[in-house]
Amino acid sequence: MKAQNTSLFQGDLIREALVQSFVKLNPKIMFRNPVMFTVWIGTFVMLIVNIWILTGERSQGSLLYNLIVLVVLLLTLLFANFAEAIAEARGKAQANSLRKTREETPAKWIRTVGEMYLDEVQVVPSSQLQKGQFFLCETGDIIPTDGEIVEGLATIDESAITGESAPVIREAGGDKSSVTGGTKVLSDRIKVKVTTEPGESFLDKMIALVEGASRQKTPNEIALTILLAGFTLVFIIVCITLKPFADFANTPITIAAFISLFVCLIPTTIGGLLSAIGIAGMDRALRANVITKSGKAVETAGDIDTLLLDKTGTITIGNRKATHFWAANGIEPDEFIKSAALSSIADETPEGKSILELAALAPEKLRVENPVFIEFTAETRSSGVDFRETRIRKGASDAIRRLTENAGNAFPEETAAKVRDISSNGGTPLVVSENERVIGVIELQDVIKPGIQERFERLRKMGVKTVMVTGDNPLTAKYIAEKAGVDDYIAEARPEDKMNYIKAEQQKGKLVAMMGDGTNDAPALAQADVGVAMNSGTQAAKEAGNMVDLDNDPTKLIEIVEIGKQLLMTRGTLTTFSIANDVAKYFAIVPALFIASIPALQGLNIMGLHSPESAILSAVIFNAIIIPLLIPLALKGVAYKPIGASALLRRNLLIYGLGGILVPFAGIKVIDMVVGLWF
Amino acid sequence: MKQHILPAVRLTLVTLVFFSGIYTIIIFGIAQITPFKGRGEVIEAGGQKYYANIGQKFTEDKYFSSRPSAVDYNAAGSGGSNKGPSNAEYLAVVQARIDTFLVHNAGIKKTQIPVELVTASGSGLDPDISPKAALVQVERIAKMRNLPAGKVGDLVESNIQGPLLGLFGPSKINVLKLNIALDQLK
Amino acid sequence: MNTEILGIVFVFATTIALAIPFGKYIAKIYAGERTLLDLILGPVEKLFYKLSGIRVQSEMNWKQHLSALLTINMVWFFLGMFVLMNQGWLPLNPDGNPSQSAELAFNTTISFVVNCNLQHYSGETGVSYLGQLFLMFLQFVSAGTGMAAAAVVIIAFRERSADKLGNFYELMIKSCTRILLPVSLVVAVILLLNGVPMTFEGKDSFVSMQGDTVQVSTGPVAAFVPIKHVGTNGGGFFGANSAHPFENPNYVTNMVEMFAQMFIPIAMVFALGFYLKKRKLSWVIFGVMTIGFLLLVVPTVFSELKGNPAIAEMGIDVSSGATEGKEIRFGTAFSAFWSIATTVISTGSINAMHDSFMPMSGLAQMLAMMTNAFYGGVGAGILNFYIFIILAVFMSGLMVGRTPELMGKKIEAREMKIAMIVALLHPLLILAATALGTTLPQYTAGTLNNPGFHGFSEMLYEYTSSSANNGSGFEGLGDNTPWWNISCGIVLILSRFLPIIGPVAIAGILASKKHIPESAGTLKTDTGTFGIMIFAVIAIITALSFFPALTLGPIAEYFSMK
Repeated sequence: MKAQNTSLFQGDLIREALVQSFVKLNPKIMFRNPVMFTVWIGTFVMLIVNIWILTGERSQGSLLYNLIVLVVLLLTLLFANFAEAIAEARGKAQANSLRKTREETPAKWIRTVGEMYLDEVQVVPSSQLQKGQFFLCETGDIIPTDGEIVEGLATIDESAITGESAPVIREAGGDKSSVTGGTKVLSDRIKVKVTTEPGESFLDKMIALVEGASRQKTPNEIALTILLAGFTLVFIIVCITLKPFADFANTPITIAAFISLFVCLIPTTIGGLLSAIGIAGMDRALRANVITKSGKAVETAGDIDTLLLDKTGTITIGNRKATHFWAANGIEPDEFIKSAALSSIADETPEGKSILELAALAPEKLRVENPVFIEFTAETRSSGVDFRETRIRKGASDAIRRLTENAGNAFPEETAAKVRDISSNGGTPLVVSENERVIGVIELQDVIKPGIQERFERLRKMGVKTVMVTGDNPLTAKYIAEKAGVDDYIAEARPEDKMNYIKAEQQKGKLVAMMGDGTNDAPALAQADVGVAMNSGTQAAKEAGNMVDLDNDPTKLIEIVEIGKQLLMTRGTLTTFSIANDVAKYFAIVPALFIASIPALQGLNIMGLHSPESAILSAVIFNAIIIPLLIPLALKGVAYKPIGASALLRRNLLIYGLGGILVPFAGIKVIDMVVGLWF
Repeated sequence: MKQHILPAVRLTLVTLVFFSGIYTIIIFGIAQITPFKGRGEVIEAGGQKYYANIGQKFTEDKYFSSRPSAVDYNAAGSGGSNKGPSNAEYLAVVQARIDTFLVHNAGIKKTQIPVELVTASGSGLDPDISPKAALVQVERIAKMRNLPAGKVGDLVESNIQGPLLGLFGPSKINVLKLNIALDQLK
Repeated sequence: MNTEILGIVFVFATTIALAIPFGKYIAKIYAGERTLLDLILGPVEKLFYKLSGIRVQSEMNWKQHLSALLTINMVWFFLGMFVLMNQGWLPLNPDGNPSQSAELAFNTTISFVVNCNLQHYSGETGVSYLGQLFLMFLQFVSAGTGMAAAAVVIIAFRERSADKLGNFYELMIKSCTRILLPVSLVVAVILLLNGVPMTFEGKDSFVSMQGDTVQVSTGPVAAFVPIKHVGTNGGGFFGANSAHPFENPNYVTNMVEMFAQMFIPIAMVFALGFYLKKRKLSWVIFGVMTIGFLLLVVPTVFSELKGNPAIAEMGIDVSSGATEGKEIRFGTAFSAFWSIATTVISTGSINAMHDSFMPMSGLAQMLAMMTNAFYGGVGAGILNFYIFIILAVFMSGLMVGRTPELMGKKIEAREMKIAMIVALLHPLLILAATALGTTLPQYTAGTLNNPGFHGFSEMLYEYTSSSANNGSGFEGLGDNTPWWNISCGIVLILSRFLPIIGPVAIAGILASKKHIPESAGTLKTDTGTFGIMIFAVIAIITALSFFPALTLGPIAEYFSMK
């Protein structure tokens, strides 16, 4: 899905959008957009005027002129509809490509009797699977619908939805138990419990969203619509009152001129593009492989004040690595290294493996007789190995301290100092003991992702505070937080700490975003204003959040914030542009309205337009074609630059405000030079 | 709203007594100790009492003319012509004033007539004219009164009130004071 | 620089210089801090509250504020109708002026209650001294009302708890006693020293040097004129308002009266900064207002000094500029300056006749009232500007990719709706009323004093002045007719109270919202960039709403005179 549809306009999309442009002319549909609906009424009136002229009316100017006004108004409507339609079509195309992957696939339904699985499997169409039912997937099967693995482990190819070709492992229990419909099992066999009703999976919801069925206006869109409706009302007042004013001054105005003035003045540009901008925002999120449950979530993302980020995977690369062995006083370094390595032979954690890597000892050196491996337990908080009379343990310093002190041995002072030293340098110390005596410390270090500081700096300039969440001790956390450039950290974090932090921030009036995958993240995801669940996460997490990241990329939050800002900005700048356009349109149309009766007003015709008719036509034509010209911008969004709010305002005011005033002067003049050849 | 009515009525009565009554009495009291005693600036000349600030109609050629007035210098009322600058009827009136002025002031060129002398003031009671407007009349006055033009000119010059502190506002001449002085000129 | 221009610069500079410390004083008053005047006025105010049975300790929420405000305004209205319709037989009527007709009394009372002071009568003949003194009372309290409403908006910015926005009566009374009264007294003394009358003896008469018997209207002018300016009311004692030699006898009084009307509106802007401890915001607002003001002043002074081209064609010396309707003692330049100051601020007192100004100046005067937010009236200016700030915040919030917020409060659909209604009201009232006027020539055509475009301007100006609660006029309009009295009266009521209700409601709603702390992404409202944004919003809304109407009035007149 990534990297496809990079071009904004594809042939089939355009065809689809063109058809929709006409379908949307239906007044019932138009009515939802008050600005464009008034244009619709104007167009309708012009149609009647044209018929009136055909029946012999002479006071309204030539038929050709009126006909052109009618056509241009109709085009204005079609262009606006097209903008919305193309945005919808693009979203739909994305949705369709997703939908394709999960169309009717055969599912191996496992019948159950009470809590018991029967060993009998029945092949049914995926659409018949109900929530709570179970199905089986084996090597080569397409997973029929969203679910949670209840038994087994499998490697799964999720490229159909994430575009990531590397297979992922999903297994029962834990935080990686969720599978998505449409992905493919590459190996092994899993039993899966269906977690969504047919037609209600995330993809289904998202498809409904972009198809407009469940698209609701966001609060911000509503406020903007009020503003635009207000401006439209102003111009209704202006145009209606102009009639008696003109009569008073004995300057008759044709209906075409009136309607042209009105249509040019009301903010058609933004009115026509508004819904396209909203749809495009969700579409951009989708393009970033994020499924949003509502348009509001994207908008809120732009307002985020605080971002909670997990350390591992977001700020640091994967896991900690052993970087140094520090033997205790009186212990031979080589001996210590050997013991440390021995303690890690059975340690499957990435940390354990990195210790063996660092020790780099030949396998035969590590061969001992009848080793008994001691697994890590929450109680002892240490692991190790026993062989013969030797008991080697490795664990957090307080765990080993308890172990040694319980045995009556002192915890050496220099080791304690080393432990503090390592912690304050952002490392994680693991103390190793042999027969309840401390023999040294292994230093583990985090590797901070390259480029992450710059990203946080960018966030800071956007006004977003970053908070690192880690299970590390406060000293380590502080060190990494400083090195990575995050603003705050939660050390030794438990799930409820996240929750409390979010609540505290919200109490202060801030909007908080977080990312999570585990079931224990679900409450916090629900509490956060923007909760992004990883697609690999548990169903509970996905239900709780308001976005799902298909790539499972923890840095995605940053992109989401930018998409949200872009959405708001695109609306703001195009509104400004649209309203600023009116200045030039006034100077085109107002003199044209009165020049015939008040020749002195030629002085207002600062653009030197050819004739009243040509001036009016040029203005409406400009008004119409600016809409398709701005569609690419509406769909792509105005680029967000983290340069501070004031600087950004200055920049956008200059480009879209001043530009909005100047561009139509040039545009109308150029059109007039062409139109003036005939009128 | 109900619970506000009674306090509103009572507060209105109390403040009415204070701002319409007590405030007025205080200022009236202060007025009695000011030089003009709250009666405006009065000049006495020839046994008559005039208000220095209320302009008078001077149409006779022996006096320096005051500006045209929409209320004919009747200070029972006040007001301007309120004629718009493009009003043809009004422009004709101005033209007529210019013509009349030229008739009464032989030897004066059109370009010497300052516009303020042919346009009405806002109050209709403007007590002043500009120095230019006085000087342009010197020749006529001198002729009418058989005085040397230089002497009348000097009188005008001595009646010019310059800008406030020599810094702010226009120069002007109080027509009433000028004409009183003119009558006293031998 | 010539002395006329120097006079303008001096007054303007002095006004600003004194408005800043006075703003600090106003902020202290509204914050309830101790000031020197406590000694004298403290007991007076306590007596007021005691006699009226008001407990000022109980603070109000925004709805209670509005309820108290509207109720007391209603009381003033009924009392005013009674006084004006019965002044003929009531005491203090030495000139024997008649009682006002119901519809004139309606217009006059409304007009003074709403701080507009459109006068469809002439002071000399239309009201008795009792009537004048009652109108003077209204000049105090209507200004106090506007200031109290502005104070509520300012307080709402600071308070984090929604329901404690001060006590309306206390804010209003203190505005009158602590701010308007002391300044009025000082101005009154200066006026008395310069020959402004203060008498109850009725018309005087004398025989002029040419032998005409002349009557001279006089009265308690020195009490009336100060509050007319200090409260930005503008209702003149005499028909000619501050062009009248008894209201404004010389250049000193002219400067003082100019100062008196400008400096409290400017001080209110600074009071906001002192009160909220956001002085930079005050400077931004002041800057925007001043730029707007100067953009109107400069062309006006220029076009008045240039004079009437139609008269220049007659071949006379027009170096004094457009002198029709202006007084020699103030000069053309200062009269032009005054005309913009008085329309920008909602005073509406005049020292020259606006009807006779050049078309470009008339355009600037109308634009000043159409924007109605460059300084603005005491209180009302802040309220109007507040609406523009809301709109500007909304637009610029969107432009920087953040849900708009003002001082930590999110601007959402409800506030936008209110702000939009208030912003729409002004063009709606002006344009719709003028349109009605033009379609009913049987009521209006006969009242026009000038033909053509200028006649249209007279109507447009009258409703603009009404809707802006300004009160000045293209006075050639024969406006004492039932049509003008009633239609303007209705415009006045709507245009006064909705623009008070709107901002107070928004402020109240925002006050009860959660406060969002500032971050680097927050758009700061106290920057020059945001100032430009506000200015653009004001300019665009005004220009877009009124351009076509102005084209058929002053703009057409301007081009046809070229």
